[in-house]
Amino acid sequence: MEALLALIIGTLTACGVYLILRARTFPVVLGLTFLSYAVNLFLFAMGRLVVGRPPLIDPSAAAYTDPLPQALVLTAIVIGFAMTAFVIMLALKARAELGNDHVDGMHEP
Amino acid sequence: MRQQVAAVTTSQLVIAPVLLPLLAGIALLLGRSLDLRWRRAFALTCALGQIVLALVLTRAVADGSVLVYALGNWPAPFGIVLVADRLAAWLLVTTSLLAWFALAYGCLGSDRDGRHFHVLFQLQIFGLSGAFLTGDLFNLFVFFEVLLLASYGLLLHGGGRRRTRAALHYVVINLVGSTLFLFAAGTFYGVLGTLNLADLAVKAAAVSPQDLPLVRTAGLLLFAVFALKAALVPLYLWLPAAYANTSAPAAALFAIMTKVGAYSILRVSTLIFGADAGPVANLIADWLLPVALLTLAVGLVGAAGSERLRLQIAYLVVASIGTLLTAVGLGTVSGIGAGLYYLPHSTFAAAALFLLADLIAGQRGEHADRLERGPVMGRHWVLGVLFFLGAILIVGLPPLSGFIGKFLILRAALDHPAAVWVLGILLGGGLLALLTLARSGSLLFYHTAEADAGTAVPPPTWRALAPVAGLLTLGAAMTLWAGPLSDYTAAMADQLLQPDGYVRAVLGEGSPG
Repeated sequence: MEALLALIIGTLTACGVYLILRARTFPVVLGLTFLSYAVNLFLFAMGRLVVGRPPLIDPSAAAYTDPLPQALVLTAIVIGFAMTAFVIMLALKARAELGNDHVDGMHEP
Repeated sequence: MRQQVAAVTTSQLVIAPVLLPLLAGIALLLGRSLDLRWRRAFALTCALGQIVLALVLTRAVADGSVLVYALGNWPAPFGIVLVADRLAAWLLVTTSLLAWFALAYGCLGSDRDGRHFHVLFQLQIFGLSGAFLTGDLFNLFVFFEVLLLASYGLLLHGGGRRRTRAALHYVVINLVGSTLFLFAAGTFYGVLGTLNLADLAVKAAAVSPQDLPLVRTAGLLLFAVFALKAALVPLYLWLPAAYANTSAPAAALFAIMTKVGAYSILRVSTLIFGADAGPVANLIADWLLPVALLTLAVGLVGAAGSERLRLQIAYLVVASIGTLLTAVGLGTVSGIGAGLYYLPHSTFAAAALFLLADLIAGQRGEHADRLERGPVMGRHWVLGVLFFLGAILIVGLPPLSGFIGKFLILRAALDHPAAVWVLGILLGGGLLALLTLARSGSLLFYHTAEADAGTAVPPPTWRALAPVAGLLTLGAAMTLWAGPLSDYTAAMADQLLQPDGYVRAVLGEGSPG
């Protein structure tokens, strides 16, 4: 399971980095989204992968899953979501004001 | 009983500079339909209150004590803590003074350009104060996001094509930086099981050899993120365009933004990766000095090649962060102390020049702030004197505080193995900055043509000149009280280089470290 998750995080990150290096704003926004998915999964995995265990104290529980990364991921998701919304609006504004969707606001030759 | 009450009030004091701007921002949002005069008065009063809070906090920590406020009374390292020491209070004072003058300038009319200027301004102060006070790595990330989100809004304030383009680059590169921050924080948590800075310091020093590469990777990743915020070479490219194109009060407030990155580098490199940190000792410090010197050189070359005054000042901000981190990179009490003396001075000087450049641009019609032959400006002698004083401050010529700051850094560098490099680049850079600003000054004030009749603009009002003069006066005041202030910054550096006090204050007396 660890190997699969690591592979997924790696693939998402690689896609994200590739897309961020594109010259149009839409792929860049998608790339940022991929990166934030990757980092959310990464944060989640940092509490170690545990299946079917409670995060809260329970006298009958034999083992626990770490609740802190879940709280961190929740915060990171909220922030990432707000930032994505903002950057989409900004990209639309740039498209309207600069007349094209190149990240430098220029027409390609 | 009375002592208990006093102890509670003192620890509550730590969260007050975070709460005040947050509540002020919310109140301004709710009262956005009120008359602009009331909102201005309220925002300025709150900014003044922030100065008072910062000064009271400084007084409380001046004896070297470290105040800790545990949110929700959860003990560290389980809960989130806010920590105030000399460094945090020093930066709070700098931020609040700068914010007041920038806001006073904004209240002269540029706050009309967007609906939420005052809200964003208060939230920016909220993010800055929180970043300086937090004692938790993840919370630092959250406050970074708060101040960045407010800065995105302020950067776009007023609109315009160039502003939008600069903001797009700024936002995207900072979002990538935030992602890297989360990767670093996640790795720290995965390996060391904590995100509390003091607890990280204890655990990182005792890390097992097989986990060492991971901790080093996370540490350097964190350094890269902070270097991006501080605009160190090669991660500085976002800064000149963003700062040169935004509105003047926003640019003035942003003079402290790069210092947040510098603060984080200083905090993490002394607390977690200090000289006594065992396997991770001096992880960041080894990189800092060469990168900082390179930043200084690149910033000054950029300033010399700028065609616009505001772009030139933006490059001077890059250079000043280079100077500051050169001092920090020396790693000694005298070096870090000198850097901390230089920090408020360079912030005030850069902010004053940004405001002044806006006034100059307003006088030159279509020439704006381009460095070319333009019309004679109204009240040109006042503008000229202010420009001259600002230039002296930022270049570091005697008799003002810039000279004292640079002198302290040079004196601290003498014993360092790389003294030749530091002295050479700092002194050579000073000469280059002097020539650059002398050229700009003579182009703006001496090589003037007669203004066309009918296009004359009213001269800058005294009220608009006052914030500039105020910021420059702060720089001059730092010269008058240079003795006590540099003693105080040296004490601050001493406190930073002995992180045991910080760790004990956060984790309780019986903790190791």
